[in-house]
Amino acid sequence: MEQLFFFYFAAVIAVASVLVVALRNPIYSALSLLIMFFHVAGLYVSLRAEFLAAVQVIVYAGAILVLYLFVVMLLNLKQDDRYHRQWPVAGVVGLTLAVEAVMLTLLKGRAIPPAPANTNETVEGLGNTEALGDALYSTYLFPFEVASLILLVAMIGAIILAKKDIGGSEA
Amino acid sequence: MTIPVFYYLILSAVVFLTGLVGVLIRRNIIIILLSVELMLNATNINFVAFSQYFHNVAGQVFVFFALTIAAAEVAVGLAIIIALHRAKSSINVDEFQLLKW
Repeated sequence: MEQLFFFYFAAVIAVASVLVVALRNPIYSALSLLIMFFHVAGLYVSLRAEFLAAVQVIVYAGAILVLYLFVVMLLNLKQDDRYHRQWPVAGVVGLTLAVEAVMLTLLKGRAIPPAPANTNETVEGLGNTEALGDALYSTYLFPFEVASLILLVAMIGAIILAKKDIGGSEA
Repeated sequence: MTIPVFYYLILSAVVFLTGLVGVLIRRNIIIILLSVELMLNATNINFVAFSQYFHNVAGQVFVFFALTIAAAEVAVGLAIIIALHRAKSSINVDEFQLLKW
């Protein structure tokens, strides 16, 4: 049963991500990315990361993708652009990485060490959200605050970059 | 009956390669940013898979931060796209040659 779910999610994720790159119309690409985000959330549920699954749906599918669709519709794109001339370079780089991944998994992938016995920060016992919140607000408190600062900087930067010059003067 | 972590690595590698090739071959800047999102999601799948494998929540905390950075990246990236579109009325990467030597 678990394997059935994994293969379903994995197949849809792989196909949807190929469609994101291959489709001509940016709106179809964005919608295919939406399907991929939902299935990644399903994969998180099957990995017992329920909180991250909810955050994935809310932040990625809810906020980020809406922003993309908003910009696509705002810019009213033509569909005539297609692949770049540098696709041979992309082929070489992609092929190299693919061969490397295959070699590494064939040589070492089977020899991943067995999972150690439960360390002190276990996922079991507590619920997932409680365990995550406990780690986030104790061990990772400083990175958490830095993340809020990054969000503030990104917000100010986005407003300044996208602002129209008012009155013709320098913005 | 549990899924080996090996399978998650393969899935993540496939998604990451797709995103990488997408960044290199597409000419539409919006699709390039979407491909960057694909790569970020591929790494997140790896983090969560290993978090469950090692019974440690640190991986999930890291995915949380990666998500924050992804949101910031999208906000700034789309603002840059709007500014570029306003300057050139195009979002085709071939046409932005101002810094080309």
